[in-house]
Amino acid sequence: MQVELRGITKCFGALRANDNISFTVPPSTIEGILGENGAGKSTLMKILSGFYSPDSGDILLDGEKVKIDTPADAILQGIGMLHQDPLDFPPLKVIDDFILGEKGGLLPNRKRASKEFKELSARFDFSIDPESYVDTLTVGERQQLEILRLLWLGARVLILDEPTTGISLPQKEKLFATLKKLAAEGMTILFVSHKLEDVEALCSRATVLRQGKLIGTMELPFATKALVEMMFGKEMPQESKTQLKMGMNVLNAKHIDLDGVRIQIKGVDLQVHAGEVIGLAGMEGSGQTLFLSACAGLSQPVGGSFCLDEEEKDMTGQTYHEFRKKGVAYLPAARLEQALIPGLSLTEHFILSEGMRGFFIDRKKAEDLAKSRIALYNIKGRPDSTVESLSGGNQQRALLALMRDPLKLILVEHPTRGLDVESTIYIWGKLKERCANGTAIVFISSDLDEILKYSDRVLVFFAGRVTPPLNASSLNVERLGRLIGGKDWDMLETEAAHA
Amino acid sequence: MNNSALVTSIAGVLAAAAPILFAVIGETISERAGVLNLSMNGMILLSAMGSFAVALATGSVVLGFLAGAAIGALVSLIVAFASLTLLQSQVAVGFVLALLCRDLSYFLGNPIMGKVGPRISQVPIPGFERIPVLGTIFFRQDVMTYLSFILIVLAWFFIFRTRPGLILRGVGERPAAAYIRGANVNRLRYLYAVIGGAIAGLAGPIYSLSVKAGWKGTISGLDGIGWIVLSITIFGGWKPFRAAFGAYLFAFLQWLGLVLQPSLPSVPSQVLQVAPFPLMILSLLLVNIGNAEWVDRSLSRLPENVRRDIAKVLRAMNATPPAALGVPFEKE
Repeated sequence: MQVELRGITKCFGALRANDNISFTVPPSTIEGILGENGAGKSTLMKILSGFYSPDSGDILLDGEKVKIDTPADAILQGIGMLHQDPLDFPPLKVIDDFILGEKGGLLPNRKRASKEFKELSARFDFSIDPESYVDTLTVGERQQLEILRLLWLGARVLILDEPTTGISLPQKEKLFATLKKLAAEGMTILFVSHKLEDVEALCSRATVLRQGKLIGTMELPFATKALVEMMFGKEMPQESKTQLKMGMNVLNAKHIDLDGVRIQIKGVDLQVHAGEVIGLAGMEGSGQTLFLSACAGLSQPVGGSFCLDEEEKDMTGQTYHEFRKKGVAYLPAARLEQALIPGLSLTEHFILSEGMRGFFIDRKKAEDLAKSRIALYNIKGRPDSTVESLSGGNQQRALLALMRDPLKLILVEHPTRGLDVESTIYIWGKLKERCANGTAIVFISSDLDEILKYSDRVLVFFAGRVTPPLNASSLNVERLGRLIGGKDWDMLETEAAHA
Repeated sequence: MNNSALVTSIAGVLAAAAPILFAVIGETISERAGVLNLSMNGMILLSAMGSFAVALATGSVVLGFLAGAAIGALVSLIVAFASLTLLQSQVAVGFVLALLCRDLSYFLGNPIMGKVGPRISQVPIPGFERIPVLGTIFFRQDVMTYLSFILIVLAWFFIFRTRPGLILRGVGERPAAAYIRGANVNRLRYLYAVIGGAIAGLAGPIYSLSVKAGWKGTISGLDGIGWIVLSITIFGGWKPFRAAFGAYLFAFLQWLGLVLQPSLPSVPSQVLQVAPFPLMILSLLLVNIGNAEWVDRSLSRLPENVRRDIAKVLRAMNATPPAALGVPFEKE
């Protein structure tokens, strides 16, 4: 189906989220919608899928003007949207989730639906049991379920919002293969992303938005440099890796055994030196978070010991507060849930983290402090902005600004998850500044490029097994990917035996 | 105790559980849609008093029951309006209504205190009532007790087998997802809150026109039932059959207290009267014990096959509330 947008404008208060956007996507096309956070991609897709009504402008499907007031209208017109976090029902059975929303009589025909579900899933080589529960599926499988459901309801246009966040590499490949197959069958696909490599791997065209305006559309082959310029208006400087200098010992993890709810880790040895960056790679849930939180005293090892500093102060069994006093900071992945306090302003956060003395708050001093940090960390917000009103990138900047100085060790889960390229580079710039001053960083990431680009050494986790620290210079995406997927581990052991 | 007395007692427990069942099923339906009706305790008292007053004035038990359902629907409508339209806390509004309705029932019920009014009687079902044992237990009851049996099956069928029931579950679980699939979330929440309230409201007349006929104000012995209803809703895991089991368990414990009293003269009677309440709380803890982290941890020390079996039992017992219970829905 051909999708045409004509002069779509949508304002939220003073903000023009979409400013007179017009473009046409021919059938059988996979169109990448690119732009940094806040560029207006999500708003535009939400208009197309019936969440918002545009202030002005028209949507035409196959040349006919259509009126879309609700998401239910959109699917009746053949437009289905796959949300970043699949909007399904975790406690329900797959088949119940599948039929929820289908129009029909009082009693749904589960048998027929189940048969059609299996036929559809066989077509795309998916293996989801219709009788299993949605909450037992991986995010990738839940996306597959949503795609099948939308197809079953007759979708001919598919919108995907950042679908590759949070799914594994094989699942991503499967998703891309599925989308290509669908496009070949005549489906129009709008693929919203800020990941250039995904768009390059998948899309046949790319449309770039910036600050609510349409900047341009590019056909294959894409010129990466031009696309980046279209997205950001300027070329982003690429960080170069600082030279590895072996500093003092900051953390010495000796033969750590950990017992998680679903996973056990045995005998991890790691020495972290001042100024060093260690990347923890692996599929989500392979034990990285368990290990990282143990490094901060947030969970306790069942064997082995943690020592801090050159003096080898034994910290095993101590709480996070003790680690914190010794200059260890922990930044969790769930910024708003675990790291910041929704409802409190930036100023109030600074008051809390600085531990100002006295019963009364020195408003003036606190506000000055907030102002200077906001300027220093380039946070887009005011001292009285509540943290939840900030964008993801600015929340992460605020977290960095909240960390004390100096620190010996920073432990970060997914430092740049969900952030656009500009924020990513900025965050790493700030982290690297700290490294230059002798702070060591241990971070978790599921982004292989991030691991390779910023780490000095890498630990790979796979189902509770952990590699010895590997030099980042000896790794590339392919080798790292194979290790994460559980391959080549025997080779690793022979290598270690020879070394 | 001889056999026939035991059979009569079981029949009595089933009848005594009928009002609790109506209230629990009503609350289950409302909470499935995401509306927590905390006013239950006051609502039952008010509908018991109101329906008795109507029956007394008109001489019609049918009008009495209709009044009970109407009072339940009205109180639920207030909860729904305050939470869905005015976006106020369901807990705060429900709690205040629970207190208000209770005091209102005592105050307004003063003129009819202790009066003798109409009540419903047992309607043995011809033929079936002669079946030994089962006949007495199941087929020599009053109409509302029969309806309570049907209600369990009907509620289960609706929630788990029909299309609107599936949407009801979706609305309480993830309203945003239900919305994109075409459900009018707030309208459905109003609808099920009011229907659930009407069903729960029938608990009042079942007391005042049958189980504990009449209106005796503060000594009616009804105060507190509504809170137990809320806990049985949780015990029941928002599933009708489990909820019914909880209602019967509670009625049985109450009956046990009455029976044991003469044979245990040393125990103060208050202890036995109150005992069912903490016992229900205990059972509540038991069904949700699988959620506790220490249980998880101590289980991990057991051999794998034993651990898996216990985990399976705990998971089956575990009751997870509708995820969006009490959470207002706003489409962005």
